[in-house]
Amino acid sequence: MTAVTTMEGRLRWALADGWTVARRDLVHWANQPMTVVFGVLFPVMITLAFGYLFGGAVDVPEGAGYFAFLMPGMYGMTMLFGLSSTMIAVTTDVAKGVTDRFRSLPMSPSAVLIGRAIADLLHSVVVLAGMLACGLAVGWRPATLSGALGAVGLLLLLRFSLLWAGIYLGLITREPGAVVAVQTLEFPIGFLSNAFVAPATMPGWLGAVAEWNPLSSTVAAARELFGNPGWGGDSWMAQHAVPMAVAWPVVITVVFFVLSLRRYQRLDR
Amino acid sequence: MIVARDLRKTYGGTTALNGIDLDVGPGTVCGLLGPNGAGKTTAVRILTTLLRPSGGRAEVAGFDVATHPRQVRRNIGLVGQHAAVDELLTGRQNLELFARLSHLGAARARARAGELLERFGLTHAGPAKEYSGGMRRRLDLAAGMILAPPVLFLDEPTTGLDPRSRAEIWRAVRELVAGGTTVLLTTQYLEEADQLADRISVIDAGRVVAEGTPAELKAKLGGDRLDVVVHDPARLAEAAEIVARAADGPPEVDQDTRRVSAPVGERVAALTGVLAAFAEAGVEAEDVAVRRPTLDEVFLSLTGGDTR
Repeated sequence: MTAVTTMEGRLRWALADGWTVARRDLVHWANQPMTVVFGVLFPVMITLAFGYLFGGAVDVPEGAGYFAFLMPGMYGMTMLFGLSSTMIAVTTDVAKGVTDRFRSLPMSPSAVLIGRAIADLLHSVVVLAGMLACGLAVGWRPATLSGALGAVGLLLLLRFSLLWAGIYLGLITREPGAVVAVQTLEFPIGFLSNAFVAPATMPGWLGAVAEWNPLSSTVAAARELFGNPGWGGDSWMAQHAVPMAVAWPVVITVVFFVLSLRRYQRLDR
Repeated sequence: MIVARDLRKTYGGTTALNGIDLDVGPGTVCGLLGPNGAGKTTAVRILTTLLRPSGGRAEVAGFDVATHPRQVRRNIGLVGQHAAVDELLTGRQNLELFARLSHLGAARARARAGELLERFGLTHAGPAKEYSGGMRRRLDLAAGMILAPPVLFLDEPTTGLDPRSRAEIWRAVRELVAGGTTVLLTTQYLEEADQLADRISVIDAGRVVAEGTPAELKAKLGGDRLDVVVHDPARLAEAAEIVARAADGPPEVDQDTRRVSAPVGERVAALTGVLAAFAEAGVEAEDVAVRRPTLDEVFLSLTGGDTR
């Protein structure tokens, strides 16, 4: 083994080790395929429950079916649920000593985080594919393929940013209760957005919070790109959904990437 | 292979390590013995580069742990307090993962995993969560041995294991040492240190309170001990007086077991003297024995009798 000194060598080394760490999750899926199936079934069931139970009670703009409106919101919610799954994976590894074992190996130090990011993003691609299939099955349709690809890209960008938030929260968490707290908060955060109802119908200040919720930007942008009906609205946030759906995740990613890296490096303090 | 000088670690206001010195020669086993919270794990975490020392320095396999952590990592194996294996992976998948991350190629990783599974008797096919506690620890040990490192750190390797699994781990460790591996082992079990270690450092409250071979540590307590169990609890005080006359130090009296125990110099003379005095006074002894002190007694006397 030779010492890796060049910047390029280090990066290649980090990615190679990161991929090895990510492949561990792929083997988990192969060993326990049911967890992947349930990972897809959970948002599908919630979608069906919302669509068929509440669908009749909601007035949808442009007279479209409720699913045409609901699906982009549920895609966004699915990305949000990834926050706690990343956090659980990170805390479990720290608690079981697996992280310490990685850190005692002569591997690239950043590979543990890179591997987590690759594996969780792949998982989200699978879950989102399942959700898109579910949408198509209940009659949801994107208008154009290019728009659909753009919307999927923005949804995964949101997931990518929340992934780093999940890694950071997982690294600073010492007790399992914190994971439950984050899991419990995912629904209110999801509801406090434009995913299910128009922020305009909420009490003033609550509506403003919902407008500024990063999830709202992604969902509004996804509706626009999928060509699905949205709430519209003349607030600045509603008018700039697509740029904000890029800006929010970039900000979240930068902040939590730096925080996670610092936290990981300080595990030795 | 392991050298530590005045190693210190403080977290905020609390001192975990208060200046520890260690010297572990190649191919030997050093036991760090101490109660919970004594600083054993902190010492291991510093020596395995997981934690940075607040003061002092340490070298493992000739490399400074603070300035050359990567070189240290290439020369060590760590078996931590928890069996740090991925429970959803099989034993083979675990070993292959850690082998790949130690930068063995795919073929070598597979071969090495197969070798270690065979050697540690882990050919069971299912995921590691189906393993017994002893099997998990053996898998953990195997994972620490992937690069056949010259130095192996075992942090309480048998805590929570049943006696049979413990014996299995001990056998595995002895085999590794016979093959030339240097081992630093932490334990709360005095018997474990006695069984495995060439030298023992007793740690309490972040410092080494005693160091030596198991025999030397036992000798520090004053050689042999005489134990007498008295039949009639009412005569216990009288028996203690008799024993005190023949003993080198004050006797310990245990009311519950009706036992009087004291350090003695000349074992045969003490034994015959005490028995003669018992017969004369009409005190009936149920059991009499002369024995080496246990490490428990050494430990209690060194750490001030507070085992927590």
